[in-house]
Amino acid sequence: MHPLSGPSTGALAARSDTPAEPVIWARDLEKRFGDLVAVDHIAFDISRGECFGFLGPNGAGKTSTMRMIACMSPLSGGTLRVLGLDPTTDGARIRARIGLVPQEDTLDLELTVMDNLIIYGRYFDLPRKVIRERATRLLEFAQLSDRVNEKVDPLSGGLKRRLTIARALVSEPDLLILDEPTTGLDPQARHLLWDRLYRLKQQGVTLVVTTHYMDEAEQLCDRLVVMDHGRIAALGTPHSLIAEHCTKEVLELRFEPDENAAMAERLDDLVERLEVLPDRILLYADDADHVLAAVEAKGLVPRNSLVRRSTLEDVFLRLTGRTLVD
Amino acid sequence: MVVDSETWGLARAQGAQSPPTVRVLRYYAHAYRRTWRSSVTVSFLYPVFYLTAMGVGLGSLINHHTHLVDHVQYLDFIAPGLLAATAMQIAANDSMWPVMAAIKWIRTYFAMLATPLTVTDILLGHLLWITLRLVMVATIYLGVMAAFGVVASPLAIAALPAAVLIGLAFAAPLSAFAATQENDHGFPLVYRMMLIPLFLFSGTFFPVSQLPGWLQVVAACTPLYHGVHLARALVLGQAQLSGVLGDVAYLVGLAVLGTLLARLTYGRRLVI
Repeated sequence: MHPLSGPSTGALAARSDTPAEPVIWARDLEKRFGDLVAVDHIAFDISRGECFGFLGPNGAGKTSTMRMIACMSPLSGGTLRVLGLDPTTDGARIRARIGLVPQEDTLDLELTVMDNLIIYGRYFDLPRKVIRERATRLLEFAQLSDRVNEKVDPLSGGLKRRLTIARALVSEPDLLILDEPTTGLDPQARHLLWDRLYRLKQQGVTLVVTTHYMDEAEQLCDRLVVMDHGRIAALGTPHSLIAEHCTKEVLELRFEPDENAAMAERLDDLVERLEVLPDRILLYADDADHVLAAVEAKGLVPRNSLVRRSTLEDVFLRLTGRTLVD
Repeated sequence: MVVDSETWGLARAQGAQSPPTVRVLRYYAHAYRRTWRSSVTVSFLYPVFYLTAMGVGLGSLINHHTHLVDHVQYLDFIAPGLLAATAMQIAANDSMWPVMAAIKWIRTYFAMLATPLTVTDILLGHLLWITLRLVMVATIYLGVMAAFGVVASPLAIAALPAAVLIGLAFAAPLSAFAATQENDHGFPLVYRMMLIPLFLFSGTFFPVSQLPGWLQVVAACTPLYHGVHLARALVLGQAQLSGVLGDVAYLVGLAVLGTLLARLTYGRRLVI
């Protein structure tokens, strides 16, 4: 079978209890640490073969949610079903079918690349022969084939991250959970990872991803939620979220730094919403060129102007604010 | 090809051949492969050095002056005591820094917890590995003792499980303690304030009867005292059933209590 061929309806579908049943089903999900409410009664469904994203600023509750899905952290309240099972009673059975890429790598730095895969596969009780055979394929997939017998410690962050992903796949999971898979990676490594994750999705593996990077979410995710203060602020496809929470385009204008506030007052009637930042003014409009023409018609001359498409980042900042969380 | 949809995940169904505790044990065994040579060498040299220096060197001096210690040659007296103390030390080393490493430095426990393994599997696998280490070290130790002509009784073979028991009586509670720590600063303190005093005053080097009366009572309450007493009784063939049973009960009690405590502290630390 070609590596990029789509999932057959055979083996993958056969293991689901009913094809329509969501891979993850959460209602009223809650996580508390003492008085702190990390996840505040959220609900979502994730379907088979989907790439589902959790976006949000630090402390929004993404990792807590991931850890509950991965059956590593008990629920404080609500109901959660993963692969049709209850994490509270079937944690080990669920984890046998999940691959987890944690936020912090948990590789054994003293061991070689291959040994890390073998040891991890052995936790799943896979025969050594099966692991070796899979490891060869996975290391090729992660572009680590020439590092097989190297120790992990001196490898770069990107290589370690790819190894962690390869390791999470050694059990051939039905569900892959990635908590900030590309944080700290250079652009080359990020693009390589996106490509690899995209291939997995193409092949029918369900992906759940948290990220800070909006371009990553736009590239990878079929659907996503924006979390803030433990709650879901918005849920949808990247396009629907932009359509729902933002205009089609944004006009960015830069005047002299001390003029921005005064200019903003004179621009206020041109658009429904504008935002004054220390260095520029953002005007939200469906036709930004038209607005720019209107600005010029008023005789206002910005130092520079930029017309661009709205992005998920605009939605994100609108929903979660521009204030630093920590 | 990474995904073959026809077979993806199917090997899983054929798995479940070995108990989870053994899967954890395999990790330690695998990791041990990088240090086993030096480890085995040390396990061999340590008793050779100690028995030569203390048993033969110091012993000849002592034998010269007092003839016998507790009715035996000094070498015979000290060897089983050192076996017990070694079991304690091995267990302590493997229960403090490695536990901290698995929680904070390498985070092995968290890697394991993302797989079907549970906290109980992880704890028992860790203790099972220490058991294996103790068997290795005690076997070598007993071999060296035999070479020095110390082993006087066929009962000495029972000193092997005794050494394992002594080790576990330390490993379990110390693992419980290690899982509560934020860093390794407390571990040298355990050495200085607990293990070294036990090493010195538990009847390892001289009979406890040489201590002032109140200290004898204190010494008799400590685990290594019972370990030394047990190992000596078995190796020298002086075992009396009641004494042996008392020592074993004490050590088993401590190991079980420590394991239950460790399950509690591991759970608090790893499942949040």
